Amino acid sequence: MNLEFTEEEKAFRAEVREFIENNYPQNVDARGLRDDLSPEDMLAWHKILGKKGWSVPAWPTEYGGTDWTPTQRYIWSEENARKNTVMPLPFGVAMVGPVIYTFGNEEQKAQHLPGIRSGDVWWCQGYSEPGAGSDLASLKTTAVRDGDDYIINGQKTWTTLAQHADWGFFLCRTDSDAPKPQMGISFILVDMKTPGIEVRPIKLIDGGYEVNEVWLTDVRVPAANLIGEENKGWTYAKFLLAHERSGIAGVARSKRGVEQLKEIAASEMLDGKPLIEDMGFATKISQLEIDLSALEITELRTLAGEQAGKGPGPESSLLKVKGTEIQQRLTELTLEAVGYYGAPDFRSFPDDGSNDFPIGPDYAHHAAPTYFNMRKTSIYGGSNEIQRNIITKMILGL
Amino acid sequence: MDFDFTDEQNMVRDGISRLIREQYDFDTRRNVIASDSGWRPELWAQLAELGMLAAPFSEEDGGFGGATEAMIIMEEFGKGLAVEPFIPSVVCAGGFLKHGGSAAQREEYIGGIISGEMVFAFAYAEPRGRYDLANLETTAKADGGDYVLNGHKAVVIGAPWATHLVVTARTSGGQTDKDGVSVFIVDKAAQGVSTRDYATVDGRRASEVYFENVKVSGDALIGEAGNSLPLIEKVVDEATAAVCAEAVGAMKVTNATTLDYSRQRKQFGVPIGSFQVLQHRMADMLMEYEQSVSMCYLATIKLDEDDATRKKNVSAAKVRIGQSARFIGQSAIQTHGGMGMTDELAVGSYFKRLSIIEGEFGSVDHHMRRHIALTAG
Repeated sequence: MNLEFTEEEKAFRAEVREFIENNYPQNVDARGLRDDLSPEDMLAWHKILGKKGWSVPAWPTEYGGTDWTPTQRYIWSEENARKNTVMPLPFGVAMVGPVIYTFGNEEQKAQHLPGIRSGDVWWCQGYSEPGAGSDLASLKTTAVRDGDDYIINGQKTWTTLAQHADWGFFLCRTDSDAPKPQMGISFILVDMKTPGIEVRPIKLIDGGYEVNEVWLTDVRVPAANLIGEENKGWTYAKFLLAHERSGIAGVARSKRGVEQLKEIAASEMLDGKPLIEDMGFATKISQLEIDLSALEITELRTLAGEQAGKGPGPESSLLKVKGTEIQQRLTELTLEAVGYYGAPDFRSFPDDGSNDFPIGPDYAHHAAPTYFNMRKTSIYGGSNEIQRNIITKMILGL
Repeated sequence: MDFDFTDEQNMVRDGISRLIREQYDFDTRRNVIASDSGWRPELWAQLAELGMLAAPFSEEDGGFGGATEAMIIMEEFGKGLAVEPFIPSVVCAGGFLKHGGSAAQREEYIGGIISGEMVFAFAYAEPRGRYDLANLETTAKADGGDYVLNGHKAVVIGAPWATHLVVTARTSGGQTDKDGVSVFIVDKAAQGVSTRDYATVDGRRASEVYFENVKVSGDALIGEAGNSLPLIEKVVDEATAAVCAEAVGAMKVTNATTLDYSRQRKQFGVPIGSFQVLQHRMADMLMEYEQSVSMCYLATIKLDEDDATRKKNVSAAKVRIGQSARFIGQSAIQTHGGMGMTDELAVGSYFKRLSIIEGEFGSVDHHMRRHIALTAG
């Protein structure tokens, strides 16, 4: 039992650190809000990694993966967190990509995998509907076979960044008479430029536009875009969700976040002393740090299991719950730390180019919107309550 | 990086686990803790014979392992709620000898600990010292080549079973000074040592130990006079990691017992385990347990690193595990309902042990404060 990295792993860390130092676009910083980034910014690092061959490390090598061990992938995420990089969006590389190479046919692989690897094609996820959230299998969007096409009708929601998407993967009902709702669902790839698709932005509580409603009216899609078999889409959807959850703990990012929180708490003052010296606030930071250590070791234990050949199992639910709780607490404490300057709405600041009268410290500007925004983490990817259901069923066996 | 155990470590686990399973079932334990002696000297002898009391010592001291072996053994102790004094005698006294003992002292005592013939208790806490290891009213005055001890040590776990004591005492300085702290080995039968023995709420035995002009020779001093606080902190951290492992073992069984009960107990015509409100509580208990396993590993792995790293990680582990122990213990009783309140079921005994572990070698608040001091700023 040890936590030492091998010489090879240390050399790997040095290699990726140097690559990030030399190649990461300096102007793209993940510390702000996603809203502040242009679509080009969001893809910039992805495209550089695509050229290097590092954009899809977790994929099998035959599809362009790197053959890195889970430990190396962990080091990779730590080094990226260190530099606050904007990582490739998950919809292609972590979600639909693995579904396509696992269940898709050769044409589909040839058509879609290169664009996902390179970052040239932007994907979005058409899962949730107004009436189908945690009860995803109750979805109502239909795909009806018509010759060589499907005709899709319905409405999707919470579709993240669909406003920029070139393609989407959609769960549609293809058999309304199936004995169980899960058995009548199909997984279909849709070109977002197809006539009949309307993307309507949803303004969120943080003031940003991150998610959308996607309305589909008589959208004609080639039947060749069906993944795997008709009515087997639920199997692929569940496979995707399990993939989405691994890595969702976000340990490396949260570790960086704790460092930044400490910097803020060192500059804010309370009773003439830095806030970080206040026993009450220091206790909250230490608690966060301790819980994060526990999560980190739990993730490393899971990775070690994966390295020994165990796939991501129901433990990923634990990582999701604990990881998102920590991410949320981090934003909570940051808002607490900045005091009054959590209140000004930075989107309303006059952009007159003058900094004669700055409105609070820079680090305070995003504190409230980020806190508001991060409430999503315990809701998306299967809410934390759903994760407890999964633990109950898969681990406790109840 | 790996979380695997060596073949030898797996053999230790198998051996201790079998012994406790076969010879330490709940009814046996109940009889043992109610008996006059309150422990099982014959089991201690068996543990010695199996080599378990040698497990945390290095080969040159007659052992074959270190902190990981102690962790494994205490985890299994926790599963069976074994009361025998592995931590006081092997981890604490053994630790002082390993890290601070002279060649002669190691020669004289380690063999006795390993063979089980000598049983040590660790007399460090005092009625007014709380968790501060340097807050000592007990004094040891130099008298020629000898020392004379006076004072009162509180809740010395395992003292009724002990042949020897490791005693912390002040040889110079004020009551809470970091300098002036020394460590002695005292024969419990020495003139001037008296004890008041009692049972603890979690099934163990302890004593108030009084020293009245107890004369020990200079050979009884471990380490350097007046300079032993770092040594005591190191040994107490090792003991803290070991008690964390015990908690992990106890929590594992507590969770399993609770899950089992939720399958059997029916209300409203169905097993109570079918209720989502209890399912989610048990899912939380599982997550708390897994986080505790992780922290127990982390603390154990970091024991041999520099002082600051060791202290930070041991404190982090004791905070997390103290909190998990409280949540799991209380949730287990709640899920068992009225039956959880009875003395009949094992779950109550696990709850009681976990509740006392929370304060052993420092409470959550104590370790939180130490963590803050090492990490803030």
